[in-house]
Amino acid sequence: MSFDNAYEAITEENDSRWAFGTGFDDPLSGVDTVLPPDVDGADLAQYCLMLGDDALVMSHRLQEWCTRAPELEDEVAIANIALDLLGQARFLLARASAAEGPAGSAADGSADSAAAGAAGGAGRGEDELAFLREESQFRNVRLVELVNGDFAHTMARLLIFSTWRLALLARLVALQDPVIAAIAAKGVKEVTYHRDWAARWVVRLGDGTELSRSRMAEGLAAVWPLVDELFRPHELELRLAAVRVGVDPSVLRPEFDAVLAEVLRAATLAWPQTPALAGVAGLFGRHGVHTEAMGYLLAELQSVRRGHHEGASW
Amino acid sequence: MVTPVSGDWCQDTIYHSQLVHRARAAAEAVVDPELPMLTLADLGVLREVRVGADGGVTVSITPTYTGCPAMDAMRKDLRAALRGAGFEEVRIDVALHPAWTTDWISDGGRRKLAEAGIAPPGPASARARGRQAGWPVPLTLTPPRRRVPCPRCGSEDTELTSEFGATACKALRRCTACREPFEHVKEI
Repeated sequence: MSFDNAYEAITEENDSRWAFGTGFDDPLSGVDTVLPPDVDGADLAQYCLMLGDDALVMSHRLQEWCTRAPELEDEVAIANIALDLLGQARFLLARASAAEGPAGSAADGSADSAAAGAAGGAGRGEDELAFLREESQFRNVRLVELVNGDFAHTMARLLIFSTWRLALLARLVALQDPVIAAIAAKGVKEVTYHRDWAARWVVRLGDGTELSRSRMAEGLAAVWPLVDELFRPHELELRLAAVRVGVDPSVLRPEFDAVLAEVLRAATLAWPQTPALAGVAGLFGRHGVHTEAMGYLLAELQSVRRGHHEGASW
Repeated sequence: MVTPVSGDWCQDTIYHSQLVHRARAAAEAVVDPELPMLTLADLGVLREVRVGADGGVTVSITPTYTGCPAMDAMRKDLRAALRGAGFEEVRIDVALHPAWTTDWISDGGRRKLAEAGIAPPGPASARARGRQAGWPVPLTLTPPRRRVPCPRCGSEDTELTSEFGATACKALRRCTACREPFEHVKEI
């Protein structure tokens, strides 16, 4: 059904929906979500949060470009990319919810565990995972949370993010968790388009005018400090890589470097030299340790859900 | 209303195949919420329709794009269509694997797209090469030159405006002969 008429949406019977045109239910509804036999459910749930939070937070930053992009076509492109990533995030958070099981909230020490009991009858449900976790419970890499900066900053980050994620998804396709593998197989097709689009913009701006070139170089330099973290394995990633459910991200570096070198060469830009941003006492985004930008981002992302505790659903 | 099986083997088999036929016809007639000129069968989203011994129907569908907001509407429309055909017990399974590809759009679907002014996709397999699990996906810094004839005037002089359009599955193009913009279902 369509929602050309807003009243149609709010008058629909038996529906707790309160926002127009957001007829979402569990994205994994009807998908066989049985866990692979030799995998710890809590580990798999955490891993899905890592992969899902990367997509969710990157999608949120891209959504901030709505009504702000330089041209209509680019606006539409950014919105499409954000939608693809949001779709990946929904499937992955739903998978995390199914894998964590009813004990999920308690195991996580979440203050919101009393409010648990959402979709799927298993874990907390995708909405609660997205809208009610605290900053320290988000497992995304810090690259995706940085404020957008200008269009060149955003293209630099999108190129880096999608190059890394494409290499990661392409490997997950062959691994043991059937749901992650299937999500990855679809994601590969989508992120291929994202990477190509961002790469073409980096080339166009880098090999453009003096001004566009300097802005593109500045954009790359600004996001480069968060690149090393993408390839730094968390112990959970190593544990799951050993049982062929996850990927050790350090193996992705050669492919990433080769793609970046090809783009930078075409863009006539130099390899960025800005030093890596250190973690906090050796802890990074995957541990739940984030930059200052993350708290502000979550405040906006979660404000509506947190403001309607009486059971509003997105 | 679906009546349960009677116990007569021959009668039951005929009856069951009639039920399957009826369920399939109802499911196949459901149209895509975003491309209403296509049925879910034309689009290749409808993977399977089964009728159990108890008369319950199980329909298997696959999402086009991961973020496709139409999935929920598809589920509801399928359920409504099957209820309309007399099936009370309807189960909608989502098959994530194998991932949907535009190669699954039927010939009839391609014709209907073109008639609606939307250029149908070319073969996706060329782009899918190198997509075997674990293989690096090649970077394409220049958009591939595709033969996408204008759905209005038929000219082959068309250019890509953007690989992203009003829905996740479409790219924007422009015909340099008749100068009309048009949409193209992009190959995935």
